[in-house]
Amino acid sequence: MKRIKDIIKNIRAQKSVETKSPKLTEPFFVRWLVIGISILFIGVFVCAPLFLVFVKAFEKGAAAYYAAISDEASFSAIKLTLITAVIAVPCNMIFGLAASWLIAKFHFRGKNILTTLIDLPFTVSPVVSGMIFVMLFGLQGWFGSWLYANDIKIIYAVPGIVLATIFVTLPFVARELIPIMQINGTEEEQAALVLGAGGWKTFFHVTFPNIKWALIYGVILCNARAMGEFGAVSVVSGHIRGLTNTIPLHAEILYNEYQMNAAFAVASSLTLLAVITLALKKFAEIKIKQELAESNYISVGENI
Amino acid sequence: MSIEVSNLTKIFNGFTAVDDVNFQIETGELVALLGPSGSGKSTLLRMIAGLEIPDNGTIHLTGKETTSASPRDRNVGFVFQHYALFKHMTIYDNIAFGLKVRKAPKHEIAPRVSELLELVQLRGLEKRYPSQISGGQRQRVAVARALAARPNILLLDEPFGALDAKVREELRKWILQLHEQTQVTTLFVTHDQHEALEIAHKVFVMNKGKIEQEGTPAEIFDHPATPFVAEFVGENNFVEAEVVEPHTVRWGQFTFRVNGYPTGQKIRIYFRPNDVYVSSAPESGSVNARISKTRFKGALIELHLVIETDKQIIAHVPKGVAHSSGFTEGAEVFVQITEYHAFRNSEHTIDESLVTI
Repeated sequence: MKRIKDIIKNIRAQKSVETKSPKLTEPFFVRWLVIGISILFIGVFVCAPLFLVFVKAFEKGAAAYYAAISDEASFSAIKLTLITAVIAVPCNMIFGLAASWLIAKFHFRGKNILTTLIDLPFTVSPVVSGMIFVMLFGLQGWFGSWLYANDIKIIYAVPGIVLATIFVTLPFVARELIPIMQINGTEEEQAALVLGAGGWKTFFHVTFPNIKWALIYGVILCNARAMGEFGAVSVVSGHIRGLTNTIPLHAEILYNEYQMNAAFAVASSLTLLAVITLALKKFAEIKIKQELAESNYISVGENI
Repeated sequence: MSIEVSNLTKIFNGFTAVDDVNFQIETGELVALLGPSGSGKSTLLRMIAGLEIPDNGTIHLTGKETTSASPRDRNVGFVFQHYALFKHMTIYDNIAFGLKVRKAPKHEIAPRVSELLELVQLRGLEKRYPSQISGGQRQRVAVARALAARPNILLLDEPFGALDAKVREELRKWILQLHEQTQVTTLFVTHDQHEALEIAHKVFVMNKGKIEQEGTPAEIFDHPATPFVAEFVGENNFVEAEVVEPHTVRWGQFTFRVNGYPTGQKIRIYFRPNDVYVSSAPESGSVNARISKTRFKGALIELHLVIETDKQIIAHVPKGVAHSSGFTEGAEVFVQITEYHAFRNSEHTIDESLVTI
């Protein structure tokens, strides 16, 4: 027993010589306490629920799971979610690119206001976001009577869901791109300009390759939120089964109807999306880090 | 005439960066724009490239009015201080970029790029990326990229500023050599006087948005036109004194002949440490001094001389002379000032905070 203790002591002594002075690290029990708390917390609040979603979804076997997912209402919810994401994500991608390009590369009046406004959808409660659109396009809303007269349906229909989703997910792409573009500066673009390249060529050959991974990162986050958005969409959707239910709304309906297994089966598809998102996000993060390291290497160079 | 600039002015938020500047540069000349940081030299260069639009004045490049033309249409090459290479492109693609976007015929691009790689002595690196080569090599790539489309004018903004001293030295020689080969009109910005004096045919010294003096390196160094140039270029002693009798200024036992100043005028006399003649024996006109300190300066020894207990000047003497004459700390010596320049004291001088040497 004593020998083992000695060996452990030795190893620890060696390690502290190799890595850190003992003065720079915490006592053994403090380290384990902190690590223990973290693991326990993540386990209880993240891993267990994640695990339970799938357990509950498959409780009655794969056949029941498949039946729940392929049920007509579920299927249409999945379809609507995909349609919403397919419209909302490219819209915000284009907006994010334009806004961040403007903010990072140009000086103009009102730049700070624009930067702040981009964050608005993050700070406002999603329920409020939904209600904004009801106020605008609902029957009692500003454009309500005109829309009704012309037989255009926005609220309690697909366009409303898409609009609310675009609003809620608007900041994701722009917020990822602005800092990267600001770090990259404008010198490469200026160089391209003097070399004879026009705006589009400069964008596609010079700017875009530098922000590619940040853009992908933003799109991944944007997509995850677009598919998972509940609050804003719930207000404008009207919960018409088979017509205006997205996956999160459908899961809630099933849950309220005590169809636990079906609710969790539908929920599991969203959870799976989250896991995939997380993996892609990590990959993009690594890529962004590499690119930044490279760009720093160039711009800082061998300073004297 | 390759570059012609008249009354050029640029104001940033009330700060006049470039103030009514005029100059002309002949085709094939190699000109340095020398000045402290904040003197407006980079802004001037960027206006010539079209990266800034002047608030007033005109720019003519090779006879054409280009004051507000797009940078694309000026046919200039521009080299940035931090290279601004396209980090996602290989060295080859970087150099070829200007040719590709100007739609040069495909079969001309490859030979031109390899010709340039030869010119900047980087053959064999065409498949590398900018992050995989050294700082000096990156700057060469930047120059090659700027020259690819055969510009009429090459502009370089502090081209060696981010490099260490040794590499800078090499690149200076290389730029001279390159200019001899290409003969392209070249204007480069620098705050390093050695760089300007060593490379350029002609130097424009800038201060506070204005060109204080233009001339050959020898003219700038030997005959500074303003107190600013005298202080900024090379090392200098300066003393303040008053014109006591016509054409004569006295400072202790020293007498300086000056012309064109009335009696009673306060003036500044500038003289370089190497224009202070130090000897161990008295000569006619020499003044007693004591060496208070010596400093090693490579091939030279710097002597701190105390005259009449309260006056201090600095002299540079070759190391060999200092040794053979016994110029050591505490030695008594005799001093003459062989060359000097006088300026009215009120004329504005260098802003101490802006000096970067």
